[in-house]
Amino acid sequence: MLNQRNTTTLPDGAGVGYKPQHFQDLLNAPGAVTWLEIHAENYMGDGGRQIAQLRHLADHFPISVHGVGASIGGETRLDPEHLARLKKLVDWLNPASFSEHLAWSTHDSAFLNDLLPLPYTKDTLTRVTAHINEVQDLLGRKMLLENPSSYLAFAESTWSEPDFIREVARRTGCGLLLDVNNVFISATNLEFEALDYLDAYPLELVEEIHLAGHDEDADELGRKLLIDSHGKPVDEPVWALFDHVIARTGARPALIEWDNDVPDWEILESEAARATAQMEAVVAGQSLMVSA
Amino acid sequence: MTQDTLPQAPARATVSQAEFRAAILNAQADVPEGLVNPDGQQASKRFSVYRNNVVHSLSEAMLTGFPVLTKLLGEEFFREMAKVYLRIHPPASQLMMHYGAALPGFLESFPGTLHLKYLPDVARLELALRRAYHAGDADPIDPAELTTLGQHELMEAHLTLAPACEVLQAKWPAKSIWDFNMADGPQPSAGGEDILISRIGYEPKTFLLPEGAAEFISSLLKGRSFGTTLGLATSNTPDFDLTATLTVLIAAQAITGIDRA
Repeated sequence: MLNQRNTTTLPDGAGVGYKPQHFQDLLNAPGAVTWLEIHAENYMGDGGRQIAQLRHLADHFPISVHGVGASIGGETRLDPEHLARLKKLVDWLNPASFSEHLAWSTHDSAFLNDLLPLPYTKDTLTRVTAHINEVQDLLGRKMLLENPSSYLAFAESTWSEPDFIREVARRTGCGLLLDVNNVFISATNLEFEALDYLDAYPLELVEEIHLAGHDEDADELGRKLLIDSHGKPVDEPVWALFDHVIARTGARPALIEWDNDVPDWEILESEAARATAQMEAVVAGQSLMVSA
Repeated sequence: MTQDTLPQAPARATVSQAEFRAAILNAQADVPEGLVNPDGQQASKRFSVYRNNVVHSLSEAMLTGFPVLTKLLGEEFFREMAKVYLRIHPPASQLMMHYGAALPGFLESFPGTLHLKYLPDVARLELALRRAYHAGDADPIDPAELTTLGQHELMEAHLTLAPACEVLQAKWPAKSIWDFNMADGPQPSAGGEDILISRIGYEPKTFLLPEGAAEFISSLLKGRSFGTTLGLATSNTPDFDLTATLTVLIAAQAITGIDRA
């Protein structure tokens, strides 16, 4: 399985979601951090400090551009203005990777700035496939598709999420970004086994992994409801799922996402260091088994 | 997870994104039928996670984008107002850096703010500062270049201003209010202010303009020649002070090119 991966220029090590307050720390003491991810939409201005800082960082780190606004799962056609902005960014930055979400955010020209869920049906499969093809054709590169975090299900769904994602990847040739925290959240909220999900999921197509923290709440019946808040350290069960995944995929570009209540650099770096250590341990363990 | 373990609802209702969107933006709306809990029953609180996420992220964008208005109105009031605003004016673009463009007009009619007549001008200034922050980069000319032009050459020339440059003719002292709240400026006094928004390096800055300078700069921004612009300025403002105006433009690093005709 290790050798079947498509090539990517993101290193098989830890990265972090870039926050401007960490600009100097990243240059002075990157520690375990070997690559950075940015949200595409924050870098679609014409100029200014943010873009200058990104240009500078791109000389030091491979960059992953992660879109949150393309609305791949939208019912309506993709916004041509937004696609043009995306192409402009990807063309000048030439990032190591581009990824987007299996979600929608725009309807009737209202952008809701959130990743909203879609049912998994024959119709949505056709739509998502067409949208990914459009994005990949426009950008002239493969994109990675990220699995969502879910709080509810659609009664109309006829596909399981892993099967749906596998079929989308088969039809479009896109790679996958596996958000392990999202799998854990969805498994808890929708009451399925995260390991069953991962067994059904095409791990051989994973080119990037996301790790993040979540909040815990409860629904009206007191059932656990996890919220994808990106405002905390990665939870222990998510680290355990990460081990499970990398034991199967090998080391992969693994990102710590921390978007709210952003911590001091040392704390964020220590999360990246842990991801690195877990990947090194799994790789070391596997080479022991091979040589034994 | 296999297909036959998926939760089953009594009726397999389909949920359109129009329906989903409407229910997100209206806290009183029913949760669309067909969105279900793990037991297959109609979802309710689980849907409000999406509602809360949308309201929270758009409110945060407003709060970050309008720091002076937030200070003037108080965070609690601003957040409540943002909730009303975002339902009427959800973002029209994915660029959250510019979200809130309709706020000046909204403030003029929102019952909680319509008596605070100076707020729309403050909102306009905060929006212009954000546009300046994200505007294209351009290096200012060496001011000495202006003096190398002969009188006739200067009159025929077109001055290029930085993409960050904007003029705001505020009926209220918007710059003084901004400075008082964000930069320890003196207590604002009543009266309108003509303001130039520009950028020094990567830092947006505001400059008070002398009388007639706003019209002068706006004319340059429209691409009119220096001579035409000066003629308009002096006919509109008999004691138009060209030296004072150019001094502000140079201090604001606003002139980025001289296009000799």
